[in-house]
Amino acid sequence: MALATNRKKKLWPYILLAPGMVWLVIFFIAPIVKLVSTSTQTQGVNIGEYVQSYRFANFIDAFTGAAPQFFRSFLYAGLATAFALMISYPLAYAIAFKSGKWKNTLLVLVVAPFFTSFLLRTIAWEQILGEQGLVLKTLRFLHILGPTGHLTATPFAVVAGLTYNFLPFMTLPLYASLERIDPRTLEASGDLYASGFTTFRKVTFPLSLPGVVAGTLLTFIPAAGDYVNAELLGNPQTKMIGNVIAARYLQIVDYPGAAALSFILMATILILVLVYIRKMGTDEVV
Amino acid sequence: MTDASKSAKGDLKLSSLVKTYGEFVAVDDLSLLIPEGSFFALLGPSGCGKTTTLRMIAGLDEPTSGSIHIGNTDITYQKPYDRPVNTVFQNYALFPHLTIFENIAFGLRRRGIKDVKDQVDKVLNLVELPHLAQRKPTQLSGGQQQRIALARAIVNRPALLLLDEPLGALDLKLRRQMQIELKWIQTEVGLTFVHVTHDQEEAMTMADTIAVMNEGKIEQMGSPADLYDSPQTAFVANFLGQSNLIKGRVVDSDGDANVVEIHGQKVKVLKNRSVAKDSSILFGIRPEKIRIQPGAHQLSGCVLEGGVISDVSYIGVSTQYQVEMPWGQELMVFEQNDDGIPPLAKGDPVKLSWETIFSFGLDGSEDASAGSEVNPDED
Repeated sequence: MALATNRKKKLWPYILLAPGMVWLVIFFIAPIVKLVSTSTQTQGVNIGEYVQSYRFANFIDAFTGAAPQFFRSFLYAGLATAFALMISYPLAYAIAFKSGKWKNTLLVLVVAPFFTSFLLRTIAWEQILGEQGLVLKTLRFLHILGPTGHLTATPFAVVAGLTYNFLPFMTLPLYASLERIDPRTLEASGDLYASGFTTFRKVTFPLSLPGVVAGTLLTFIPAAGDYVNAELLGNPQTKMIGNVIAARYLQIVDYPGAAALSFILMATILILVLVYIRKMGTDEVV
Repeated sequence: MTDASKSAKGDLKLSSLVKTYGEFVAVDDLSLLIPEGSFFALLGPSGCGKTTTLRMIAGLDEPTSGSIHIGNTDITYQKPYDRPVNTVFQNYALFPHLTIFENIAFGLRRRGIKDVKDQVDKVLNLVELPHLAQRKPTQLSGGQQQRIALARAIVNRPALLLLDEPLGALDLKLRRQMQIELKWIQTEVGLTFVHVTHDQEEAMTMADTIAVMNEGKIEQMGSPADLYDSPQTAFVANFLGQSNLIKGRVVDSDGDANVVEIHGQKVKVLKNRSVAKDSSILFGIRPEKIRIQPGAHQLSGCVLEGGVISDVSYIGVSTQYQVEMPWGQELMVFEQNDDGIPPLAKGDPVKLSWETIFSFGLDGSEDASAGSEVNPDED
């Protein structure tokens, strides 16, 4: 009797894990296996028919064909992440420490854009930056842009779109880690002869590092793989790796090429993230 | 950042300090002089304004009016980081991302001291935790964190060290040990300690001088023995230990004592131990000063007759009795278990007696239960 209950107890964790494991196997492991196996296939007899021939040169071909877009993706994603951090940090700081009774309202406002589709919001940016938009008119009026200058179909528009779209992913983890800081440690810092700025540099910022790391990862990773912003707000010279993959898959019907690029993108991001986390030493922070 | 203020030395002087939050008066016209080098305790229930007072001294809150001086330097509106004052926070507030060494060195480094190792090591030895220098605060026990918080403050040699309920989070045994240690460290370093607490035992064990606070005001100030033996308000009598307070009337004078009539019986209180303004008096006697005897005994000193034991609690070192008096009031009596006689039983008729010098008199218009409902262990 006691043995039976004991065995049951031991089974419980696995039972609880089961739904998640099934989900992972169907929607993560299986697609990855499929992706990797597709990436080494070669053209069969008919168009769109590919056979497994373990051609690893696919990776080299795919990469050499799309190297500029590759580097551009990481550059744009890096810029968008940096801008998002610069915008989000003061915002998250204000919400965490200075907002008083407005805290919840402000948090809802941060998340509010998610009530509209990602696509619609990006199209809206087309309008905002477009010929009839206030931004362009203002810049022309101030002679920052010439009468023929434009904002859409520029790298600026793509990075701005990326920054905007992924901003909440930066703000929320930052807010969460700032909110967790015991205000008394900040008081203690002031009590121990640190001015406001020194307190920020020596206490607040180091304590918010887990949020900075989480926020930059959550912004950088999807931004690097994004193709909607480059598609809608960019021009042929601002194509990112996501656009290349989409085109190979949907227009050229080069499944192995698309798969190889996807795999390289994933592997590169994974390596970058590991190096980044190692460097920031997140496990050292709290 | 003026060096003159950081090196300010001398007595701490609070003058007519007021702090209001909207309608609520947290600190009400408080004036205090705390001599340099003393161990001073602000004692009171939660919400009495003691923490607000401490925060104003630390510079974390700004007074609504009044002033704060250290020696001759006015620090009322100085930034916390410009004051020669350090605080040991209630929850310690150690920096979780820094090692113990860096936590302690924090204040020294901020003042531009390059070679901190000697001073940090010295203070780590003082709190007897030199082996923990490279740990993080979360790896320490509560008692160890408490000592590090203390070390982080005293390493700066402030003119004034503030302690905000420093032992509140520790268990009873550790708290006792730390009380003794804190007192020893204070003597060792010779700094002025201002200690805020709701725990009367903690205040009495450590402080040279205690100010009992209630509703933003100081009820009474003095040495622990002064406050305990000669309380001047019902609040102090009840908050600091326990007291029996009985309504009475001064009916006569007998040398240096007043004769007080309590429901038909006569007792005495020394004139210099009574603060009653007129014949209406609140007569007080501490429970452990009372002798309890079965009916027939001959008794000396003050005597109250006609009591009946309504409750007996045996607690080892003493036995605590509740005695119901003829006028319905329950009096407390603590009797040392040092005579080998078995305790009296519930329902026994008894007489109570005590030496006249122990009784005290309070103003008769006071509420006899003031300060007794507040639970001193509540935060």
